[in-house]
Amino acid sequence: MRVRILVALGAWVLGVGAVDAGELSGYVSVEARPFFHDALYSGQNDDNGSVAARPEYYHEFEDGSSITFIAFGRVDNADSERTHVDIRELNYLYPGDSWFVRLGVGKVFWGASEFVHLVDIVNQTDLVEHIDAEDKLGQPMIQLGISKGWGNLDFFLLPYFRERTFPGRDGRLRPERVIDTDEAFYEAASEERNVDVAVRYSHTLGECDVGVHFFAGNNREPLLIPSELVPPGIVPPGAVTEPTAVPFYDKITQFGTDVQWARGNWLWKLEALHRDGYLDDYFAAVGGCEYTFYGLRGGTTDVGLLSEYACDERGDDPTTTSVYDNDVFFGMRVTPNDTAGTQLLMGYMQDVDESENLLVVEASRRFGENWRLSLEAWLFLNAPRSSILYDLRDDDFVRLELAYYF
Amino acid sequence: MRRNARTHVSVIVVLLAWLSPVCGAPGPEERGLDIATEADRRDTGYGDYTAHLRMILRNREGQTSERLLRVRALEVEGEGTRSLCIFDTPADVKGTILLTHARTDADDYQWLYLPALKRVKRIAGRNKSGAFMGSEFAYEDIATQSLDKYTYKWRRDEVCDGNACNVIARYPKDKRNSGYTRQVVWLDEKEYRTLKVDYFDRKESLLKTLTFGGYRLYLNEFWRPREMNMVNHQTGKSSQLIWSDFAFRTGLTKSDFDRHRLTRIR
Repeated sequence: MRVRILVALGAWVLGVGAVDAGELSGYVSVEARPFFHDALYSGQNDDNGSVAARPEYYHEFEDGSSITFIAFGRVDNADSERTHVDIRELNYLYPGDSWFVRLGVGKVFWGASEFVHLVDIVNQTDLVEHIDAEDKLGQPMIQLGISKGWGNLDFFLLPYFRERTFPGRDGRLRPERVIDTDEAFYEAASEERNVDVAVRYSHTLGECDVGVHFFAGNNREPLLIPSELVPPGIVPPGAVTEPTAVPFYDKITQFGTDVQWARGNWLWKLEALHRDGYLDDYFAAVGGCEYTFYGLRGGTTDVGLLSEYACDERGDDPTTTSVYDNDVFFGMRVTPNDTAGTQLLMGYMQDVDESENLLVVEASRRFGENWRLSLEAWLFLNAPRSSILYDLRDDDFVRLELAYYF
Repeated sequence: MRRNARTHVSVIVVLLAWLSPVCGAPGPEERGLDIATEADRRDTGYGDYTAHLRMILRNREGQTSERLLRVRALEVEGEGTRSLCIFDTPADVKGTILLTHARTDADDYQWLYLPALKRVKRIAGRNKSGAFMGSEFAYEDIATQSLDKYTYKWRRDEVCDGNACNVIARYPKDKRNSGYTRQVVWLDEKEYRTLKVDYFDRKESLLKTLTFGGYRLYLNEFWRPREMNMVNHQTGKSSQLIWSDFAFRTGLTKSDFDRHRLTRIR
């Protein structure tokens, strides 16, 4: 039903576009994800291929207000959960002199660091899209932004909650227990209709960008509860034929900060939060720096060296989806500044307490004016039994994507 | 007697050397600075402007690719120019925005807005020699040419493009991060418009030449070129900037160039 309403809204927006010229843009893409090893769990397909599209429509009215519509859809041959559609954005923006209001499905980003996005809490993660957790689901919101000499204040009223997506039974990059998203349950009696609130203050102080925020509402990061421990009444008896993991969304309050500081060739980054929820309250932080060599050896190539450290008081608790409890990251970014817009990023993660580590390489370049080819490799080099990555130990993969932008 | 004459001569030489900067012809440093100062003065006071920019990149084989962007700029008194570059093509970077707060005596403040992630990234402001959008223009070539970022020396007067021109050399003060040891600039004597710039790399050899064409007068006071042509002599590549749709004093304010505004600009 909801999908039908959204489709109707989308059609209406596109219809408006046909009348008074707006801007249509976006991409369509094909993707292949070959995995290096055979799947570990029954039901999983080995490799997968998929097609995706992300059309975007924008129209600005004469009074300066505007509507933005961004849809996303993917059809995946291996994982039925990964075949999904989402309204990434469908909102109306009204700008005032030193304020604005955004109404509808929107997307915001909070944060500073490269490898872990800790404080970015407004939008839910579309985890089935990519394990890097950078894809987000559209979030229904009323946003009021105020900009004055003393900084910027953003108020968010989030009237509807989006549940995290996870790979399904057929898909790779999942824990041994299938995550049964259909049985997800909540601490809040109002469940997904709970009205979440968020406030963020941000300001630029010379070389420094600082943000602080408060959030109260449904946790975006569910606890994964073994199905046999789920309170009776949540899952109908007899529905469980095998042990699964069931997402549990608790109620949290969170205070956090994010800082970016640029000085000379250095860029310093920090994200930190304190979260109080169903389990013990905890503190987590990620911070680090990036040093860039501009115009290496008199040429046009920039090389940036990154290092970050992440800590999380919860530790490597398998009921949480947190991986980065006490880990260091090293990375290198190479930007040749060529016509093809080539980019290369390599990252290595090492857990300080155990032998768990991970290597990621991302590269992309443009072909012609409209095509972009991306190549990624994720290697779970070492995932000991105690590690949260243990279940992914055989899921090393390459992701190859060709996208046509219009 | 002979000794006396020698004394006289040295006294005169010393006197002349001391007097010349005061009442004689100015030295080349001073004359160079005067010319640059006058060019800077004539280009001050426009307030703000918006413009469209077409960038044509040519490789050695003559293959071209094109980028479209929009530029908005605001003079901020006592600080520097604030500018926005909004990329319209190539399609994969559409909506990307580069925000710069130029500072006269220090590294610029810079932010990059990535529309797919809705993310504003701070960029280390020291990036001067890096190539802008894969073009032959370095960031320092397209940045506001703030008077204080160079020292100057007048070289000679000569005719260029049919105009009587002053030729001055300017030397970046930030030697470590500039890609150049010096730039030689041709300005016409009458209007102080830049007609040509030669860029010399760190090995003191000629790296690039920038020529300007199609100057037009706006607000009866400010000259803006229609075309800027950058040729890289060492790689054989070239980049052309074609400006259009200039609009001055459009009412832009500081808040239009705030980092927080980036997520709402189209």
